[in-house]
Amino acid sequence: MYKISLRERVPSTTLATRNTFPYIMPDSQQESLFQQKVDAEQKIEPRDWMPDGYRKNLVRQISQHAHSEIVGMLPEGNWITRAPSLRRKTILLAKVQDEAGHGLYLYSAAETLGTGRDEMVDQLLSGAAKYSSIFNYPTLTWADIGAIGWLVDGAAIMNQVMLCRTSYGPYARAMVRICKEESFHQRQGYDILITLSKGTPEQKAMAQDALDRWWWPSLMMFGPSDKDSPHSAQSLKWKIKRQSNDELRQIFIDRTVSQAEFLGLKIPDPKLKWNEATQHYDWGEIDWTEFNEVIRGNGPCNAERMAARRKAHADGAWVREAALAYAGKKSKRNAA
Amino acid sequence: MATTNEKDWPLWEIFIQSKRGLDHKHVGSLHAADARMAIENARDVYTRRNEGNSIWAVRAADIHASKPEDQGAFFDPADDKVYRHPTFYPMPEGVKYI
Repeated sequence: MYKISLRERVPSTTLATRNTFPYIMPDSQQESLFQQKVDAEQKIEPRDWMPDGYRKNLVRQISQHAHSEIVGMLPEGNWITRAPSLRRKTILLAKVQDEAGHGLYLYSAAETLGTGRDEMVDQLLSGAAKYSSIFNYPTLTWADIGAIGWLVDGAAIMNQVMLCRTSYGPYARAMVRICKEESFHQRQGYDILITLSKGTPEQKAMAQDALDRWWWPSLMMFGPSDKDSPHSAQSLKWKIKRQSNDELRQIFIDRTVSQAEFLGLKIPDPKLKWNEATQHYDWGEIDWTEFNEVIRGNGPCNAERMAARRKAHADGAWVREAALAYAGKKSKRNAA
Repeated sequence: MATTNEKDWPLWEIFIQSKRGLDHKHVGSLHAADARMAIENARDVYTRRNEGNSIWAVRAADIHASKPEDQGAFFDPADDKVYRHPTFYPMPEGVKYI
């Protein structure tokens, strides 16, 4: 057992009772100083005082985000061996490797809040932690890989660009890194759909079918509507989030419609219509029953995804043990 | 408080020099069984797009940090030494190149 002084978490009770000079402020005063820092756009760093709720909220959000990156490798991994060309295969491999990297940046950021990696992984594998509902949908055709890059990564980018300005320093820095890599993901997806939509009628139909299946789940990625999202107000006050779910969803729709038109594909929403007065698109209604069912574990692939993660973790156990045994043996030899 | 048991790979803090002549900058952390694995994993996690020219890996347990709650008193000694700054010394009109 060792102490990580960089990351050591000082419980607020210890802080309040510890007899040090000058004097330790009561929590209420700490909290108002904390909020002043946040309001002044100063980043909060790992060892700064922070309200317990802020810490909890961040651990939950960042680890969910990390889990999503990791589970997100599965639907795309499904097509690595069946990509239509060597070029597409190497691109997809690089993209999936990026997703693993993004997961690691995020776990690293969450760990600065005092929660261990093993604890977070356990929460994912036991089903206690959530990940993005989108990855519980199947990738049935090659066009789905295009739709995921274009729509799923496109929706994720909206959220991630906002999070580059989040108040917690390590999270913001991880996001900057992720955003730099993410636009490759979106473009490679759109590139796949350009090729398919200019191809044979069958290929174009395949692209349209992918859009039909991924459009609504992509809109659900922004989360519940603001009026049904009780934590949103607090997250905005702490500047963990900088824009609301509905705001981001609307910007995403406004930006994506013309991209679909370029492809000659039709967005599966009969109510979608430009509104001259609001300068935004009006659009239909998300099926929140479906959203809640998928979140609750009843989506098309929830069980399959979790089984794949558990198997990968169990199959890797001997590697983790062997590496540690080897490191131990080597350090003993060096000491001798 | 972060702890570990014998089953977990220890945590390493990673520093990357992006170009010769620049300083090594902290980029994040990762878990690895030993230093060599830490450096190889850091290459794959943090330099997939030629972001790095050199990597340092330091066991997180070996880094000690100042305490944010003592920040005021700790950095106090620098506060009252304004004479360390060049602007403390007004230069007369006409004095050049200084």
